[in-house]
Formats: sequence, structure tokens, C-alpha cells
Amino acid sequence: MREIEFDEVVKAVRNIIVHCGTDLPQDAYDALSKAMEEEKSEVSREVLRQILENADIAKSEKRPLCQDTGLAVFFVKVGDEVKVKGGLLRDAINEGTKQGYTDAYLRASTCEPFSRANLKDKIGYNLPAIIHFDIVAGDKIDIEYAAKGGGSENVSRATVLPPAAGKEGVLKYVKEVISQAGPNPCPPITVGVGIGGTFEKAAISSKHALFRELGSVNPDPEMAELEALMMIEINKLGIGAMGMGGIKTALGVHIEANPCHIASLPVSVNVQCHSSRHTHIVI
Amino acid sequence: MSKTYYLSTPLTSEDTKQLRSGDIVYLSGVIYTARDAAHKRLVELLESGAKFPFPIEGSIVYFVGPTPPKPNEPIGSAGPTTSYRMDSYSPTMLKFGSKGMIGKGKRNADVINACKEYDGIYFGATGGAGALLGKRIKSAEIIAYPELGPEAVRRLEVENFPVTVINDTYGADYYQMGREQYEVKD
Repeated sequence: MREIEFDEVVKAVRNIIVHCGTDLPQDAYDALSKAMEEEKSEVSREVLRQILENADIAKSEKRPLCQDTGLAVFFVKVGDEVKVKGGLLRDAINEGTKQGYTDAYLRASTCEPFSRANLKDKIGYNLPAIIHFDIVAGDKIDIEYAAKGGGSENVSRATVLPPAAGKEGVLKYVKEVISQAGPNPCPPITVGVGIGGTFEKAAISSKHALFRELGSVNPDPEMAELEALMMIEINKLGIGAMGMGGIKTALGVHIEANPCHIASLPVSVNVQCHSSRHTHIVI
Repeated sequence: MSKTYYLSTPLTSEDTKQLRSGDIVYLSGVIYTARDAAHKRLVELLESGAKFPFPIEGSIVYFVGPTPPKPNEPIGSAGPTTSYRMDSYSPTMLKFGSKGMIGKGKRNADVINACKEYDGIYFGATGGAGALLGKRIKSAEIIAYPELGPEAVRRLEVENFPVTVINDTYGADYYQMGREQYEVKD
């Protein structure tokens, strides 16, 4: 059984949070640059220019890319032959989150649902982090992280369609969600689509789909084809960068599909803004 | 064809009525910040006639909850938040003399009508450009509700703060206009 020190996990998590706050990942930067080249609307091109200039300033001056530094969301795969020494893995991830948000001057956006209280001594420091655990073979801890903003989360939706709705029904639902969202989620967006599973499995899959590299191809040819079709249909909406009108509403559509009940066709749409701050480490 | 304007706050009806949806404006002077929780309290003050924390006549309200400032800097990153959450409060703010709002995302018919009735403008700033926009803010001071943290009301001095006119004083909506131009209907 391999042992990893509690503090090693804390430090690793702290470092990825600090890095993601100010450095837009290369896949997002490249996708935005490509969108600026291809965009026909002058106003949307100017917005994309500002977004890329913002990324350059954030990186060189170590300023947060956006004031919404998100809730900290993790997908963690824990090997069955590894153990954290000196504490719980969950506590180490939360401590790293607290340190990262504090050290990098990121905004603590977590609050109580009804009182809306955001108290430093209670749930300040952006805690608790949202953590999805899985157990896998091996002696490593695999951590995927994203800073998830509120504007794009607010337009996300899930439903359970009748099986007869099929691919067409899923496509129609996804297009409706993005059309309704319009300028609000800070386009150009990444669209995560969870298909199948149960109600919550579809939702979690749609979140995880957002962690995939922009520009990567779905290994399942059927889903790759559906992603390409959805991308075309979404870009026909004409929403454009920050809703100013244009041909680049989505930078990518990522699908994660699962087997589901014979009676159901769950579908979930989770949206990521243009500031797609995500990373992946293995300890 | 969109025009570019350089305006100083506070704004007058003369300032706002010359603007059309799609115009680019660089704002300089003092603006005030407020988000959801602060708006609720501000509107209660206006309706009860209590003392207001800033001169509302001609004021511009920026929907923002900035990141904490680094040492020796006035403010952290400060881009707009989604505006619809302020839709129920904005008409009252405009009625009492505020002349504009800065945010991102769609407004409802009540806000668009209030812009017409009270010569108000809804400006859009680029969401997710918090580092760039934060640098256009020269000073920041909390003037009300410090307990709200990032949602406290701040007095900001801005210089050439870049915004686009979304809803003008004539009822136009740039989000709708821009989208109609590029939408492909089957």
C-alpha cells in the first residue's frame, strides 16, 4: 500500500487552484483564438479580442481571469492501493482549496442557500469544495479540477425524455436550453451533455464532460457525430460572443453517454463559460 | 452603424438619449457597485424615503462582486455579473433618478420599459474580462453594507471603462438585434 502525506495532497490542490485562477488553459485559449479568426460579426470579434487580452493580462500580472472564481469542483479517482497518511483525503482537498483561494486572492463565493450568509469563520474560503470520488485500480490519486462559475451554472438544465424522443429529442432539448440561455452564460461556451444513466448520473456526466480538452474528439464515433451535429445546430442560434450576435456561440460540445433504464432517456446540459478554467494532475 | 462615445458620470438625460443600442461607450468618473443583496436593501431605502448611501441622480450602478484586492491595489478582478437577478429592483432605481446600469445578460420587459420611461441605459460589459476591467478602476471604497463581503456597495472611480449599449432609451435590445442578424432558421 503506497502512502501519500496529507500535506502533499494539500499542496498539490492549493497549487492547481492558484494556477487555474490566473492562467487560462491552452485548449481554451486556442479555441478562443480560432473563434476570433472565424467570427463574422465585428462586435463579437471585439469581445473575443477583449477576452484574449484579459487572459494575457491575467497570466502576466497574476490577476484572477474573472471575479467569479467559481466553486471548486473535483473529480477524484482514488487507487485501491494508495492511502493518505495523517488525515482524510476529503479534508486534504478542502484544506488545499482554502489555501489556494486565500493565497491567490480569489473570491469566496460559497454561501448558505437561504440566509445567503458568506461568513469567513463558517463556510468562507469557498468551502466545502464539490468533490466526486471514484475508486479505481492502482496506487495513484488522479485529480481533475475546475473552477465553476455561477452564470453558466444557472442556465444548466436536466430532464428525463421518453425513449421514443431519441437522438432528435436530445438534440432539440439541448438546443432549446442554449437558446433560452442566450447571452447569460458568457458565450462562447462549452456545452456538456450527459445522456442516459439515471437523473443524477446524467447531471454528473454533463459536468464531467466539461473537463475534457476543447478540440478533442469523442472516442465513440456515434457520439462524436452527434457532438458535431449539436455544434452546428447551436452555432445556428446566432447568439455570438457575450450574446452580441455572431456565428461562434459554442467552442465545443462534449457528450458523456451511459446505459439507462428501458423506460427512460435522461439528458442533462451543463454549461461552461468561455473562461474554462480546468486542469488535471496525478499524485 | 455603431458610434463611440466618451462620457463622464453622473449622466444626464441629454447624455443617455443620444445613445443607441450597439454604441460603444467609455465611461469615466464615479460609479457605484451593487448586486442582489445590496439591491434589496437599496430599494427598501428608496421606497421608505430613508437616507441613501450615494447621490442617486444620474448615477450608474455596476453589478459586480470583485475579488479581494492584492496589497496596494484598489480592487481585484471586477467583471460584470448576470443582470436578470436585479430585474425586480432596477425599475425603482431608475424611477428615483439613476441613469444606468452595467452588467451582462438579458433584462426583462419591465427594465426595458423603465429605461424608456426614465431615460436609462443598460450597458453590457464583457463578462469574464475581470482582470482587464479591474485595471480600469482607479479607486474603490466600501460605502455601505461591508458585512455583505463581495456584495458590499462600493464607490468606484473609473477611467475609460469599456461598455456597449444593450438597451437604449428607445426600447431597443442589442442582444435581440445582434442575434437576429446571425440566426440561421431551418
